[in-house]
Amino acid sequence: MSAHPSSSLKLYFGIWITLLACTGLTVWAASLDLGRFNAAVALTIATFKAILVALFFMHLKGASEKLSKLVVVASLFFLLILLALSMSDYATRTWT
Amino acid sequence: MPDSQLTAAHNPALLHHFAEPQQQRDAASLGTWVFLGTEIMFFGGLFCTYLVYRRGYFGDWGAASKTLDVTLGATNTAVLICSSLTVVLAVWAAQTGRRRLLIGNLLATLVLGTAFLGIKGIEYKEKFEKHHVPGASFQFNNVRIPGHPDQYANPSHAEIFFALYFVMTGLHALHMIVGIGIFIWLTVMAWKGRFTPEYNTPVEMGGLYWHFVDIIWIYLFPLLYLIDRHP
Amino acid sequence: MSMATASIPTVERENYLNKHYGVGSWLFTTDHKRIALLYLLSITFFFFIGGFFALLIRLELLTPAGDLVQADSYNKLFTMHGMVMVFFFLIPSIPAVLGNFLVPLMIGAKDLAFPKINLLSWYLYIIGGVMMLHCMLTGGVDTGWTFYVPFSTAFSNTKVVEAGLAIFVAGFSSILTGLNFVVTIHRLRAPGMSWSRLPLFIWAHYATSIIQLLGTPVIAITLVLVAAERALHLGIFDPKLGGDPLLFQHLFWFYSHPAVYIMILPSMGIISEIIACFSRKRIFGYSFVAFSSIAIAVFGFLVWAHHMFVAGISVYAALVFSLLSYLVAVPSAVKVFNWTATMYKGSIYYDAPMLYAFGFLGLFTVGGLTGLFLAALGIDVHVTDTYFVIAHFHYIMVGGAVMGYLGGMHFWWPKISGRLYPEGWAKLAALIVFIGFNLTFFPQFILGYIGMPRRYYQYPPEFQVLNVLSTAGATILGVGYLLPMVYFLWSMRYGKPAPDNPWNAAGLEWKTASPPPTFNFDEEPVVTWEAYNYDELNRFPVKEETPVAR
Repeated sequence: MSAHPSSSLKLYFGIWITLLACTGLTVWAASLDLGRFNAAVALTIATFKAILVALFFMHLKGASEKLSKLVVVASLFFLLILLALSMSDYATRTWT
Repeated sequence: MPDSQLTAAHNPALLHHFAEPQQQRDAASLGTWVFLGTEIMFFGGLFCTYLVYRRGYFGDWGAASKTLDVTLGATNTAVLICSSLTVVLAVWAAQTGRRRLLIGNLLATLVLGTAFLGIKGIEYKEKFEKHHVPGASFQFNNVRIPGHPDQYANPSHAEIFFALYFVMTGLHALHMIVGIGIFIWLTVMAWKGRFTPEYNTPVEMGGLYWHFVDIIWIYLFPLLYLIDRHP
Repeated sequence: MSMATASIPTVERENYLNKHYGVGSWLFTTDHKRIALLYLLSITFFFFIGGFFALLIRLELLTPAGDLVQADSYNKLFTMHGMVMVFFFLIPSIPAVLGNFLVPLMIGAKDLAFPKINLLSWYLYIIGGVMMLHCMLTGGVDTGWTFYVPFSTAFSNTKVVEAGLAIFVAGFSSILTGLNFVVTIHRLRAPGMSWSRLPLFIWAHYATSIIQLLGTPVIAITLVLVAAERALHLGIFDPKLGGDPLLFQHLFWFYSHPAVYIMILPSMGIISEIIACFSRKRIFGYSFVAFSSIAIAVFGFLVWAHHMFVAGISVYAALVFSLLSYLVAVPSAVKVFNWTATMYKGSIYYDAPMLYAFGFLGLFTVGGLTGLFLAALGIDVHVTDTYFVIAHFHYIMVGGAVMGYLGGMHFWWPKISGRLYPEGWAKLAALIVFIGFNLTFFPQFILGYIGMPRRYYQYPPEFQVLNVLSTAGATILGVGYLLPMVYFLWSMRYGKPAPDNPWNAAGLEWKTASPPPTFNFDEEPVVTWEAYNYDELNRFPVKEETPVAR
């Protein structure tokens, strides 16, 4: 498949190290008191890791066509609809 | 050997309704991605539930989350990340025709996947011992809310946390079990020498599924274990 | 047309029906056409089960008193009527039968992309169906098809878990069908079959598949939560623990509102085919009709909470969802206007499929417009949970979806069976269905508006006249539904052999034999023409001696 087998192996191990480091980072960040930003930091790191896995381990980056990317983006878009419109109710209720 | 030569010959892996191997591979790839899209929505219902209650019962959930073992959780995250590496190496080995490397990595994936489930089992056992399993025997009394030492967590709200903890991690573990099944099958096929640089779609698709399950855990870990950890 | 005459066989050609015989050749088939017929049999079976419950409901409502059944039984009747009709008839109806049969034929493919998964999806449907039947025979469910918590999780003492799991399994059947269609439409189109040449039936099924793929998983996990809460007392929706029952409704309607579009979109696809063919014109505004299908699929996900206006969602959210609900009206109206514009100055043939299409146009428009009434906050507060709602969604789901289904069954019956159905009887049946339908459901609009609530087995005597009308209409409707089944069965043995293209219609499925060979086309088709090229087809009018359907 790949023209430079050793270069893709290097890439895989590099991503692997990064993912492990991010796991350590997110545990460490959780021990800091960042107020409401704790959740944001944790989710940002998780999303960064997920993107790394998707792009390089699942080969979304080198995908020969854009269709698989479209499928992923569309699914996430509909997930966003579910979350956002549900929250439009919960965030604006005047009763509990 | 280029793909075109294979098309003309009788390719045993080519199904009758496809014109050429590339079309068959593209169909399998698209099908897998679409399936993973449905999986996003399948877990999405749970993420929505999570969001609603975490927003509503943040303090109680922080207290409940703090009782989870973050070391075991982080270890399991690392185990899954390592398994993702062995999976991507397996795919690479299949594509470059390295049969022994392929089998080795598939077996390593199986070991790591089983290790994940074992660690998960230890955590579940601990929940039973601590009466943190939702239901009649659930107990969560006199646990203070992080950051508010004068307040106790509401046991009912904590029970919802643990209910969702079990559903989310349980569903994830179920996906792991299915993944292990798929990888056992892939190992057998690789043992029989079915995969070649020209035909390795099953390894690739099994790999996509495994990585997806990994990604779900990458989110579950901070969402469940790290809600309000700081001292 | 001489081609069509020559293709009437003296010795029957080999086709997908006579290539293999025996039960095994059907139960283990991976041929999409045979799987379509398996679905046809199974959904017809469930249609009559659901219809039987409807009959009992209408009989009970013949009189104001509860004389036929008591409250508990009545609750089970309407629940199982809803569950069977929605999950085991309407959702699989057009996609799994006509879609399965036609999607590969229309795009020039030999089969769906994953034939084995296609068969698996039928088995999942059957497993779910058997679970549902078992659940009904051993006591049934009384939660309403909506499974609302906390009644379903804490109070109902009927078989909620089993029904939920049955629908869970059937849901995966629906997901797999959608997955197969999406991949097939992307990957297996014949050379020359570009997206702009796809029949609108394909566009409609593509849009339907999007909903099946992205909506169904959400209700699947929601039903798992209900079952888990009931069986294991997890308590996620339990108000006693601080759980929010409205969250269940959000998740439930996130699927179940778009599910209505799973039922109506394929029907719209059929109507596009029929109207173009029997007006002998290219469809007006092809790309608008195509993209309105996609728009309906997407907008359909933005409106779900209009089912919850009086349930206790925030006033702000209610406003947002009310406004968004009006969005769906735009692509729906685009379709209706384009169909009528297609008929304008067309040479219209009044064959049975076209009669169903006319029925669809009228009934869907009524159903859609009353949907707009319900999307308006003020009116919805007045008519929520009344018969107005019942009438509205039956106009969509029966007047719309089932009319389209029947129209499609007539239109493609010659292709499916290789036989012509009796046209006179078919026209009569279409008329009976239309009359029976309106007589059944129009009075329910009035009943609802003057305040008769849904889901009660008794009612004040002043509602009786309208209820009697409705029950009488249901009887007529039942006859209208039985008739096609009888003459379709009759035509399989006694019908005239159908030519390849009995309607002189455009579309690849008419260019192969009737019934088609196992791999659909003897030679791989190459598409060099635009969709609905009726201008060209009209230059070769159908000759009298050709045994066409009309």
